[in-house]
Order: sequence, then structure tokens, then C-alpha cells
Amino acid sequence: MATLQSLLMRIVYAVILLMAVLVLNFSMMHLAPGDVADTISQSMGGADQEILDQIRADYGLDQPFLVQLGSYMGKVLRFDLGYSFFYNTPVTQLILQRLPATLLLVFTAQILALFIGVILGVISARKPNGIASHFVTILALFGYSAPVFWTGILLLIGFSLNIQLFPVAGMRDVTIEGGFWVHFVDIVRHLVLPVITLGSIFLALYSRLARATMMEVLGSDYVRTAKAKGLSEREVVYKHALKNSLSPVITLAGLQFSAVISGAVLVEAVFSWPGLGTLAFQSIIARDTPTILGILFFSALVVIIGNLLTDIALRFVDPRVGGKG
Amino acid sequence: MSAPPIIPTEETPKARHPMAEAWEMFRGNHAAMVALVVLTLIIITAIIGPYIYPTDPFDMVWAPFSPPGVDGFLLGTDYLGRDLMAALIHGARVSIVIGVAAAFMSVFIGVTVGALAGFYRGWVEELLMRITEFFQVLPTLLFAMVIVALFGASLPMITFAIGVVSWTAVARITRSEFLRIRELEYVTASRASGAKNGKLMFQIILPNALPPIIVQAALMVGSAILFEAGLSFLGLTDPNVVSWGQVIGSNRQYILDASYTVTIPGIAIFVTVLAISLVGDGLNDALNPKLRQR
Repeated sequence: MATLQSLLMRIVYAVILLMAVLVLNFSMMHLAPGDVADTISQSMGGADQEILDQIRADYGLDQPFLVQLGSYMGKVLRFDLGYSFFYNTPVTQLILQRLPATLLLVFTAQILALFIGVILGVISARKPNGIASHFVTILALFGYSAPVFWTGILLLIGFSLNIQLFPVAGMRDVTIEGGFWVHFVDIVRHLVLPVITLGSIFLALYSRLARATMMEVLGSDYVRTAKAKGLSEREVVYKHALKNSLSPVITLAGLQFSAVISGAVLVEAVFSWPGLGTLAFQSIIARDTPTILGILFFSALVVIIGNLLTDIALRFVDPRVGGKG
Repeated sequence: MSAPPIIPTEETPKARHPMAEAWEMFRGNHAAMVALVVLTLIIITAIIGPYIYPTDPFDMVWAPFSPPGVDGFLLGTDYLGRDLMAALIHGARVSIVIGVAAAFMSVFIGVTVGALAGFYRGWVEELLMRITEFFQVLPTLLFAMVIVALFGASLPMITFAIGVVSWTAVARITRSEFLRIRELEYVTASRASGAKNGKLMFQIILPNALPPIIVQAALMVGSAILFEAGLSFLGLTDPNVVSWGQVIGSNRQYILDASYTVTIPGIAIFVTVLAISLVGDGLNDALNPKLRQR
């Protein structure tokens, strides 16, 4: 029961965080020079003051700041993020079209990085001077220092242009026809390089931490007890030690969600992945304010949901977590 | 994540200056020493390079896509026939300056927030840590993109955008160090002898909290350089100033014709950030010999 309550508290807190994101974004847009009226008049090829005033009145831009903020927040609560003048589509619809692609990329990269990272960490903790351990060290240096978009372009040159293993861009091949599995395989083929690009940074991070915590755990008393009890090395590592070395890694993964989304923006740009990052980039160039606000809101939402999922995963792995939210 | 308390050890009879000791530790770390030399060379290039190699990186000096080493251009020319060597040398400035300035800014914000939170505890801590959490939820790159796009892509604005989104780690480290140190005896003693809060915070606690902050600051320079490269790769940079990320961004459509225009500037970023992170690791070992950090 206590767990449920603290989880509820977290959700309430998440909602407050989201509101804060809205307020900050809206204030920033408000502070910035130029507004929707300027954008519209520019696309019309210029307009006089009277028309500008008319547009501002139509969109409520002549109202005081707090009134505008209030009406924006009210609309957002009804899932209305406004209208994109650039795409001529409601922003919510625009974002929902692009969101699945980003979610697919972000969560695949995160989960694979976490999974492989922990395995690599365990293997290299058992043999600190083995190949896996050296691989983790090199990967950690590379993952931290290489710009993600550059890694992406290198993979593109290597495995799409020179060896034509994977498609160059996009998420699916529109010319392909067939059933579910044909499309599934098609998307997976498109997904491979972006996921490797994005995942490698976080794989570096997680495997390094997993190795460190695993080595710490393997040196602790209860592991020695388990060994003394006569359990096999395998059982000790995978049943006892692994469980305890998982939670720091999962905690770290939870903290990385905003970084993963940042990385995804760049990876999407490299691979023309049709997600939120690409949309964000296009709408920033076009100064499409409602869309930018909507994307910031949704990506904060993804981070918060990611954090909540991490929290739940942590409770699974470590029952001691959960008392304090 | 609070660090284990340092157990006071017996002072050796002839105590040496702690910096001398740290330098000795650092010198023993070969990777860090090599990285320091490389980094120094890069910084020297950034400072005097443009005078020695004055070719304007925006000038069309030769035929486009001339490969490295051909026709007297050591690194070749890009799709507009601009000298890539000039772009690398002149671009080093932007990377280093923005990296250092943004790291400085985020350390300043982070230390202030973390110090106040860790020192005053109570509602101040609660409020400041909530704000920190708020900034951790914002997707940093998107947020910085919006700032730069809305308020103009000048170098100071880019620095501001990077600094304002990346201070949270410093704030957390500073806070946990303050929480640990404020309970130590020598702090209680100074407090008892009447030291004011400001003095306690910045003259008595902060100097002892510095080692992990310095290490983090070094790493921040690296991530700020990556951040700037990402923004300029996306085209969100001052169009009148050449930078490494920008060269990659503007040449990426031509990777079929001339992949070196993308790989070479990337190597420059990679080597710079790698050198910084190795120096950071070396600093970490030298400054925190007792706290074996992850």
C-alpha cells in the first residue's frame, strides 16, 4: 500500500513538473523577439500595422501575459497544443504522427544499451583483465568523446554506402509490399544503424558502471557467504550478485532519459528518421512556435514517463526502494 | 550517492603541499600526461594558429572536393572549394572558447545552487533540488536549440544556452560534498568561533569541496564542446564564425563525393574531447586518491 501511495505521489509530482515546463516554455516564447503575427505577415509578404493588430487580436496576443498563459495551459489540459501555421495541422496531431518513431528509437536504444551494458559489465567484472573488460574501457572512452552525429555518419559511410547492408535514411521503404513481417523486417533494417549510434554512448556508460558495481558486489561478504554455502560461481553471480548490482545501473539509466532524447535529435538528423527531433529542427527553422512548444512539452513528458518506468523497474529489482519517493 | 567520509589519517612528518602531491600522482598517469600534451597543442593552435595559417576558412581557394594532400592542400577542400585545414585551425577557437566558457558558467550556477542547498538545508534545499530536478527533465539539446533559435545564434547566446542546461550534475555533486563537509569538526569549530554564513560557505567549506568539482568541471568542458558541435552541426550557430560541427553539418550531403570533409573535423572533435576526458580522469585520480570514484 505504501508503495502505491508513493507511486501516486510521484505521479502528482510529475504533473507539477510538466506544468512548470509549460510555464517556462511559454514565458520563453513570450520573451523572444517576434511573434505569430510577424510570422504570418511574413508569409503573406508583409502587412501593415492594422492587419498585424487584427491578427494579434484574433490569436489573443493582445491579452496580458497571464491571461495568455492561462488559456494556453487550459488548452493543453484538453490535449490541444494549438495549430501549426507552418504545417497547417493541429500540433497534437502533428506530434502524435512523429512520436512513435522517436519512442521506438529511444526505447530500443535505451533497453538494448542497458541489457548489453549489464552483460558486458558482468563478464568484465568476472575477468577484470579479459577482452570484455578492455572492450568496456575503450568503449567508455569512445562513447564519451565521439560526437554522436559523427559516429552516425561514419556508420552510414561504412555500412550503407561502402558495404550496402542497411538503408541510408528514413524508417521504412514505401515501395515494399507485403504482410506484417515484411514491414517489421523493413523497419528493423532501418532501425539498426540509428540504434547502434544512439545506444553506443549509453552502452559505454552503463557497462562501465555495471562493471564497477559488480566488482564491488563480488567482493562483499554475502557473496563470500553464498560461495561458502557451496553455490556455483554462476549461481552466485547471476542469482545473488547481479540483483544487487542492477539498481545503480537502472538509476543511472533513468537519469539519462533527457540525454537520450537529446542524442535522438542528432541521430534523427543524420538518418532522416521521421521523429520528433526532425520535426523540432524543421519547426525551429520555420519559427513555428506552437509546434516547438508542443515538442518540448512532449519530450519532457517522455522523460518523465521514462523516469516513472525506471522507478517501477527499481522497485522490482530492489524491494528496499519505495519508502521514499 | 554521497561519498564515504574521509577517515582522517596521521599526517606524515614532513607534510608537502597537496598540489605537489597531486601533480606527482598526475605525472605518473601516462595516458593523462599524453592527453595533457595533446590538449596543450590544441590550445596553442587555437590561440596562434589563425596568425600562422591566415587563409580565410570561408574563402573559396581551390576547386571543390580536392582530396587531402593533393594540390598543396594538406586536408583538401570542401564542397565549395574552401580549405579544410583553415576551417580546422580557425574552428578550434570556437570549440575551446565555448567549451571553457559554458563549463565555467554551468560550474558557477551549479556550485551556487549546490552550496546554498547543502549549506542551508530545509526548504532552501528542497526548493533548489526541485529546480535542479526540473532542469534534468528538460531535454537539454532541444531546450538549448530553442534558446538559440529564439534569441539569436551568437556565440554568447550559444554559451548561455549550453551553460544553462548543463549545471545540474555540478549542483548535485556540490550539494553532497557540502552535506558531508558541513558536519566535520573544523566547520563546527569555525562556526563556534563566529564565522559568518558567507565565510563558512565560500572560504571554509568550498575549498575542501573543490576536488570533485574540478574534475566535473574538466569533464564539462568536454561535453560542452560536444554540445556546441551538435548545435552547429544542426546549423544553429553563428554563420559568420567557422566551427568544427558546422563544417560537418554543411558537408554531410556530400559524403559520397568526399567523406574526408566529414571524418576529419570529427576526428578533431573526438581527439579534443578524448584528451579532456583523459586529463579529467587523471585529475580525478590525483585529487581524490582516497575516494575511488566510479
